[in-house]
Amino acid sequence: MRRPTEEAPWLRWVLCLAAVGVALLFLVLPLVAVFAEAFRRGWGPVAKSLSDPDALAAVRLTLLVAAIAVPVNLVGGVAAAWAIAKFDFPGKRLLTVLIELPFSVSPVISGLVYVLVFGAQGWLGPWLEERGVQVVFALPGIVLATIFVTFPFVARTLIPLMQDQGRTEEEAAATLGAGGWAMFRRVTLPNIRWALLSGVLLCNARAMGEFGAVSVVSGHVRGETNTMPLHVEILYNEYQFVAAFAVAGLLALLALVTLGAKAVLERAG
Amino acid sequence: MRRRSALPGLGLALGVTWLWLGLIVLVPLAALVLRPWELGLAGVWASVTEPRVVAALGLSFGAALGAALVDLPLGLLIAWVVVRYRFPGRRVLDAAIDLPFALPTAVAGLALTALYAPNGWLGAPLAAMGVTVAFTPLGVAVALAFVGLPFVVRMVEPVLRDLGPEAEEAAAVLGATRWQAWRRVVLPALGPALVSGVALAFARAVGEYGSVIFIAGNRPMESEIAPLLIVARLEQYDYAGAAALGLAMLLLSFAFLLVFGVMQRRLRRGVM
Amino acid sequence: MIEVRGLHLRYGGVAALDGVDLALRAGEFVALLGASGSGKTTLLRSLAGLEFPDAGQVLIEGRDMAAVPARERGVGFVFQNYALFRHMTVFENIAFGLRIRPRGQRPGRTEIARRVEELLALVRLPGMGERHPDQLSGGQRQRVALARALAIEPRVLLLDEPFGALDAKVRKELRHWLRGLHDRLGLTSLFVTHDQDEALELADRVAVMRDGRVVQFDTPEALLAAPADAGVAGFLGDAVPVDCVVREGRAWFEGLPPVEVAGVKGGKAVAFLRPVDLLAEAGAGEARVAAARQDGRGVRLTVEVAGMLLEATPTPGWAPRRGEACRVTVLAARVFPA
Repeated sequence: MRRPTEEAPWLRWVLCLAAVGVALLFLVLPLVAVFAEAFRRGWGPVAKSLSDPDALAAVRLTLLVAAIAVPVNLVGGVAAAWAIAKFDFPGKRLLTVLIELPFSVSPVISGLVYVLVFGAQGWLGPWLEERGVQVVFALPGIVLATIFVTFPFVARTLIPLMQDQGRTEEEAAATLGAGGWAMFRRVTLPNIRWALLSGVLLCNARAMGEFGAVSVVSGHVRGETNTMPLHVEILYNEYQFVAAFAVAGLLALLALVTLGAKAVLERAG
Repeated sequence: MRRRSALPGLGLALGVTWLWLGLIVLVPLAALVLRPWELGLAGVWASVTEPRVVAALGLSFGAALGAALVDLPLGLLIAWVVVRYRFPGRRVLDAAIDLPFALPTAVAGLALTALYAPNGWLGAPLAAMGVTVAFTPLGVAVALAFVGLPFVVRMVEPVLRDLGPEAEEAAAVLGATRWQAWRRVVLPALGPALVSGVALAFARAVGEYGSVIFIAGNRPMESEIAPLLIVARLEQYDYAGAAALGLAMLLLSFAFLLVFGVMQRRLRRGVM
Repeated sequence: MIEVRGLHLRYGGVAALDGVDLALRAGEFVALLGASGSGKTTLLRSLAGLEFPDAGQVLIEGRDMAAVPARERGVGFVFQNYALFRHMTVFENIAFGLRIRPRGQRPGRTEIARRVEELLALVRLPGMGERHPDQLSGGQRQRVALARALAIEPRVLLLDEPFGALDAKVRKELRHWLRGLHDRLGLTSLFVTHDQDEALELADRVAVMRDGRVVQFDTPEALLAAPADAGVAGFLGDAVPVDCVVREGRAWFEGLPPVEVAGVKGGKAVAFLRPVDLLAEAGAGEARVAAARQDGRGVRLTVEVAGMLLEATPTPGWAPRRGEACRVTVLAARVFPA
């Protein structure tokens, strides 16, 4: 006799198989395809295309961009979460909505807005150009666009958790004599460390993998303003499929590591 | 009224937050809102009603809506199985749901193209059945369904977990069959979450670029998405035209999200 | 020791504190008693520097606290749900207040360890230092919170519903222990509670709060004997309001014999009657036994008089039975004009 809230065994099997089938065909197979295409001719071409100077330059640029964008969003995200979760102030709801805004904007538009401000016909473009500062089609533009698209990650993972934890532990620390910094470092930070790390990981994965926004502001100068995803596109358009999939495989690996780390963190937190 | 608090740092935190938000998000978005009008009202209207633009907007919004609607049953199925059943591989399935979140869009685009190309693992058998996916609007929808699926699953999952079996037990005790309990108790409770999942999947899909352009074929009037048209206008230094199209996209998707929001509120009221 | 003058605090239009005056003597153990929303927690938090009054003064040991932030007040505060640092061990929780002191005033490592062990012994948790808060029972957590507050050697201890989250038995044990600790350490303590038994049993003096004001501040005996107004009278000692008429220095009831009252002006009035005010004895009378049951403290008797159900005290040696007729005398009543 089965419980009244259970489906018949055959139905359970069908549903499980269907779900696993959808996941395999629709979600996992593309990932497999990346590696299969990359290793179509074995290790040799993969190693060769990954050690190509342009590929290495793309890897370096990607790391550099993430190394700037992630800390900026870390500081901003923690500040926003501290203000929103621990205080009441006018404009709090508006601020919360605005922080989420970049997620509802197309990546192409995220790049576009910087071209509108800093491009050759942008608001500040000509003024900056006279002073020899180039933003669009250069590193600053790529960094700005990346910060934009990864903007909400840290704040949105922290805010619900910190709201949930309330402010009494911080108040207890205050009555025991703790100043602002000691309170944050010894009480708040340890309570949010896993969520913070998880937010940073997601932010980083997106920063390294961003394509649309960066594509608009990059100018696609090989070896100079090409990040890894842009490099993938160029290789693909030049019909260097193995090389394209090799670099794509490296990016896919980053995604897998991020997912794995996130799963571990979720169990730790 | 701002209340004083025993915790320090509100001023600093708000200062940092508004500076960060202002410089990175608000000022640039202001440019998007202000620049199109260099064309004048008529110019903006002409610029967003060109046949090629209308076709691209139609494809972007149509395919996004279609993809989100396909994600609805698939996402519900996966969420149900992950929450309710214990079977080998459940953990892996759970982790795989986030793949489209984590996979860089260009990589996803490349992979989907390879899979669904006429000689690909999935494209070849489909071609044998007379279905062409890659380089058609159908390909666009497939890519958009891929990026949107996790949104539906992740919105439904917590609600389903929260729901627990009690409500269904109550229904069973009152004489409902399994199907009736599901149809009348479970589904309505999931309604608002399903709608917001679909709304999120749609919002993400409308603006999607990287995972689409490889598989789309990008033929004007047929398989060209609106973001690609923005890029094309920028390449011709038509900043105002690009901004006009960007603004139009943004306003249109907010309008759609508003409709989803109203639907969600209706459903929620029905539940409570 | 602690003095509060004219404290006002509004939360968006609602007055949480509406002119509070209160003065505690050194070494006193005082309860803030009131229903939820009466402002007692807000008052306590204002003393600790966790809330900021719009007007009025807080003085601790004669010093105005207006410009002194919470961390410099040196006040021990025990939070309602303890607010233990969940990621720290019991030891680290207790040591926190010492470890964050500026370098010059910070005790050495071994000194801190010694003090924490001492405090653990004081709160009867020796050897529990390495546990985490989630490995402790409610009563144990409460004592850790107390030890943590005491670590900074405060002269003033503030406790917000210290026994609120505990079950009845643990609560009773901890009450007496806390009172003993207060006396031994020579603290001045103020604790918030909504439980009148707790307040009346433990405190030297009780401040009754209502609508953001202290309506009466007195010893438990005085509170019970002479409540300041009808509200306080109704709040304390399981009193039941009964309509009466005051004439010629007596309160007249329907169905009950009159009772002497002094200093109440004539006319319609309300008398507050507690079980101990009503003596019931066997014999023909206007009252009837509605219910009688034994509990640990004696017989709980409910009598029906003129359509009212009142709790009364049976005369010793009488075993009332349901339905039995009886006579009720009013021994005392607190009467306020209606």
